[in-house]
Amino acid sequence: MPLRCVRGLSSSSGPRVCIVGGGPAGFYTAQQLLKVGNTAVDIYERLPVPFGLVRFGVAPDHPEVKNVINTFTQTGQHERCSFHGNVNVGKDVTIDELRQAYHAVVLSYGAEGNRSMGIPGEGLPGVFSAKDFVGWYNGLPSNKELHPDLSFETAVILGQGNVALDVARILLAPVEMLKETDITQNALEALAGSKVRRVLIVGRRGPLQIACTIKELREMVNLPNTRADMLPADFEGIAEALKDLPRPRKRLTELMMKAVKEGGDDKAEKCWGFRFFRSPVEVLAGADGKRATGIRLALNKLEGSGESARAEVTGQLEDVDCGLIISSIGYKSIPIDPAVPFDPRRAIVPNEMGRVQDTAGLYCSGWVKRGPTGVIATTMNDSFDTARVLIQDMEAGKLDLSVNKPGAQAITALLQTRGVRAVLFSQWEKINAAEEKRGKSLGKAREKLLDVDEMLKIAWS
Amino acid sequence: MSACALRVFVQRAAVTRKAAHQTFSQTTAFPRRGTGSYTHGRGINTLTNSLRAEEKVTVHFLNRDGKRITGKALTGESLLDVVVNNDLDIDGFGACEGTLACSTCHLIFEEAVYKKLGAVSDEEMDMLDLAYGLSDTSRLGCQVCLRKDLDGMILRVPDVISDARVDSEKESSTAPPKV
Repeated sequence: MPLRCVRGLSSSSGPRVCIVGGGPAGFYTAQQLLKVGNTAVDIYERLPVPFGLVRFGVAPDHPEVKNVINTFTQTGQHERCSFHGNVNVGKDVTIDELRQAYHAVVLSYGAEGNRSMGIPGEGLPGVFSAKDFVGWYNGLPSNKELHPDLSFETAVILGQGNVALDVARILLAPVEMLKETDITQNALEALAGSKVRRVLIVGRRGPLQIACTIKELREMVNLPNTRADMLPADFEGIAEALKDLPRPRKRLTELMMKAVKEGGDDKAEKCWGFRFFRSPVEVLAGADGKRATGIRLALNKLEGSGESARAEVTGQLEDVDCGLIISSIGYKSIPIDPAVPFDPRRAIVPNEMGRVQDTAGLYCSGWVKRGPTGVIATTMNDSFDTARVLIQDMEAGKLDLSVNKPGAQAITALLQTRGVRAVLFSQWEKINAAEEKRGKSLGKAREKLLDVDEMLKIAWS
Repeated sequence: MSACALRVFVQRAAVTRKAAHQTFSQTTAFPRRGTGSYTHGRGINTLTNSLRAEEKVTVHFLNRDGKRITGKALTGESLLDVVVNNDLDIDGFGACEGTLACSTCHLIFEEAVYKKLGAVSDEEMDMLDLAYGLSDTSRLGCQVCLRKDLDGMILRVPDVISDARVDSEKESSTAPPKV
């Protein structure tokens, strides 16, 4: 790989770049920046542990997807890269302070909030965002006390993307399938005692607009001891539309039609199904009003066709009894610092190709830049784009690299005066080793630490 | 069976087994996680390399910047092996390390060469369906093993979605939005 050095610098130090957020966007952006021969990159992350949604979002039974951690680890160990976990940017240190210490700052902090359904009853016990439910089984410290009640027969998931299918699969998978993964022990035990037998995955539009992809659908169809429970009426006209579809959409739809037709083993104890043309309008509470006992859905009709088809109300309603409601309609970014422009409508940092609007030296990559959709590879390409733009700006003299910037030295000193101590990459590796060791004794890939204080204790031991 | 073909077979079998949901131990014949996971696979290749020194193959890649780059390989290696072992500068290639969990090793073949390749498994097709710029002669590099009759072939590295084309993704990409 060609090593490029940015011209016109004093030999004592090169460009110093700060990245806010230690998930895939942060690491991929860092990776690309490090290719510039003398650039130093510091990654700041709020949790003591890196890797973001690769650690907390990817399903436990998809370990191959987490292989990217190997390349991130190489980046974290790079001599010109340093990771600073346990630093809350926006609270422990401001963006302006970072901009003073570095030649450039890249915001890669993702989307920690979620889109709400905006319906009455959404706050009732028994209703969760997919973000929190996934965080719970993946060991996100802030979700460790979620304690979802799994004693009801029917669960309804709103949304039909891959996250919704992950949740459905984890709810219905045989425990044998999960017990050797890195799912948290408390989630494993809760799922082992779960009474959930039926999962409905609800979408506003029709089968041709479904947002999940075929691999995840195939995993549902192949789930042992489950059968598919679809409504043939939802699929009217679909068979005729098949021939004109592009291959990926066609294969996905054909697999769905197969599931509708074949259903599955009648003796299967569990079932799952899509419900199309339905939007949630109210979460229903029982007589005592204390928790969710059902959901009211409005029936839609489709205007237009293809990806741009719109759901229009018909006025008809349908109530579904259920005790677990999970809304999987999207994550959402939040503003990090008043000094950073934020578009509340799109919930992203406004930018042009990764350059934050009206703010020289400030960039963004990943979900906070484009919105919370796409797989890891999407974020990878996006992060590479931002890095390239930043490097272009360095080479074009748009960033004043003639000024020496103190980088992490200054920030670490500042944090110390505020009683904040960072977790370095080598210290994360101690946490990593501890988790793998705990996992081994349970026959699992790892047993994640759920408590930040415990993580810190091990990191700094 | 070559090391590559064996590895691809084991991975495909593992993916199929997982789909059938028998217990799948995290430890496989070719461990993929943790330190040295991918290098372990490469270590095995190196061993078989020395045994098959006569079966050298050359592969050319037409990179995204229009430049042609060349990799030397041995029969039995996968196209992902070629890129990794030759340290070819193809951004973001092989993110999932050959486990059919991404589509970043997407390559486009000349039609005549494509026809010589074997049938595509459902599992590969599922991931290929997500690739930007999918063509009729597209394959995932990690699933294609080199043979002598593929010596000298030229592969195109397709463009990936970039910021400037965010809107065109909605027009040209045939895959549904993915999370």
